[in-house]
Amino acid sequence: MSFDDLRDLYQGVIMDHGRHPRHGTRLQSFDVTAKGDNPMCGDRVQIWLKYAPDHTIADAGFEARGCAISIASADLMADVVRGRSPADTKALFDAFRAMVRTGICPDHAGDLADPLEKLKPLLGVHEYPSRVKCATLAWHALTAALEGVQEGSSE
Amino acid sequence: MTAHPKFDVQRIRQDFPILSQSIRGKPFVFLDSGASAQKPRAVIDAMRNAMETQYANVHRGLHWMSERTTESYEAVRDTIALLINAPSRDEIVITSSITASLNLVAHSYGRSALKPGQAVLISGMEHHSNIVPWQMLRDAHGIELRVCPITDAGELDMTAFETLLADGKVGLVSITHMSNVLGTYTPAERIVRIAHAAGAKVMFDGAQAIVHRQVDVQALGCDFYCFTGHKLYGPTGIGALWARREILESMPPFMGGGDMISSVTFEKSSWAAVPHKFEAGTPAILEGIGLKAAIDYFRAIGYEAISAHERALTEHAIARLSDIEGVQIIGRAQDRGGVISFTLDRAHAHDVATLLDRQGIAVRAGHHCAEPLMHRLGLDSTARATFGLYTTHEEIDVLAEALTKIRKFFK
Repeated sequence: MSFDDLRDLYQGVIMDHGRHPRHGTRLQSFDVTAKGDNPMCGDRVQIWLKYAPDHTIADAGFEARGCAISIASADLMADVVRGRSPADTKALFDAFRAMVRTGICPDHAGDLADPLEKLKPLLGVHEYPSRVKCATLAWHALTAALEGVQEGSSE
Repeated sequence: MTAHPKFDVQRIRQDFPILSQSIRGKPFVFLDSGASAQKPRAVIDAMRNAMETQYANVHRGLHWMSERTTESYEAVRDTIALLINAPSRDEIVITSSITASLNLVAHSYGRSALKPGQAVLISGMEHHSNIVPWQMLRDAHGIELRVCPITDAGELDMTAFETLLADGKVGLVSITHMSNVLGTYTPAERIVRIAHAAGAKVMFDGAQAIVHRQVDVQALGCDFYCFTGHKLYGPTGIGALWARREILESMPPFMGGGDMISSVTFEKSSWAAVPHKFEAGTPAILEGIGLKAAIDYFRAIGYEAISAHERALTEHAIARLSDIEGVQIIGRAQDRGGVISFTLDRAHAHDVATLLDRQGIAVRAGHHCAEPLMHRLGLDSTARATFGLYTTHEEIDVLAEALTKIRKFFK
């Protein structure tokens, strides 16, 4: 059985992170937490962040219920935001959101190039406008946590 | 079960131009008719023909074009009356949707006939459109909202139903005739008998039921019945509310405006007779003409053949999907029809829907505008396949094979 026709959106990395997330646990010690909720599809996520002394993100963890896209996105996000400042993280979210909406990986020199490359497997979501909110749910919760708000918005 | 002898699904499919398309390089398998059905050529032609040859505003023209358009628009009222065996065309209120019909009844009947302290009884498997208007009435008018639970099989709990009516406070039962999630047909005649014995009027939301099953409002004995055109192979933006004449006459208007008055002064206005009292503003003229064409098309095939086709498809789908490891069909009512909600153990419903789409198959996934029912079932979402008169057994086989593949993909 060939899965070629299923793979363009559900690439190996999404299936892998969606089914076996590396960061899918609540942090034992954390500084901020926030939730995200997509009531239309029932996806839910909670993010926990631990800051380093210089206020960069030292660690991120999450618990989520939802589709493979939302969980894979949360997991990849938790991976790429470590070591980043809040401002840097928000810039990364803006670039990521543009990428999943347009299907074009923004041409970012320097600092954002590497994390965007890691997030690139989610690019195929742009073909499914109704699924973009699955890919951005965790990022909205993360933004809320960074801003000290308890509940994130959604697309 | 074999197909009805007069029913040739391949010939019917040729009447629906959209079905011959390919989606993502695969034949288009449309299993989302329960959300909105495709349109036959007869509907498309009727609406285009009206725009090309016979169109003006209705009910007020003193010119030839307006009079002809009024005739062809008003004909839909007779056709609807025939479809549901209403005693009179004047009992057919044309609305924009079931949502509009339910809001009309909640607002008009709810605030006049129902008194604070009385109750409205709905069921645990209602669409949001048959929940929210009653919550608004409750909050604005002091009505109690009661909810009849469903059983684990997805049927109305009739023991609870009788108990909830026992104190005589329920003035109106508003209930689905067929669940848009579970496919359950509710026992309409029995509901009416019990409700009337307890002094309650009964309204049915016929969105799904009327597509598959002959509706005879006089045989049902109900007081209100509503349906929408776009699930019945007609255009969007048009539906109908039927109610007994004496009830309609007792109800105040819902929306005020043109077309619903008999005379207007700055001091006072008087209302047009039913049904026009409830039809303020220029109606959906083209949609009315389209809906008439849809109902004519549908009635020419006949409910006997349509119902037999739906039963055969439902049995085939349940058999094929039950055979797939990890697929769970939600709801197992004795009397059920062509709405099959299911979950796949390894994949979220949204992933299932997207991966089916990759294979050209359109299903719906989510809470199906029935969040309270989802909570009752302990689910966040399901995928849902729904059938129309153009759905084939082979399309269900394609769905079954695709689900088998998706489950392997999610190993």
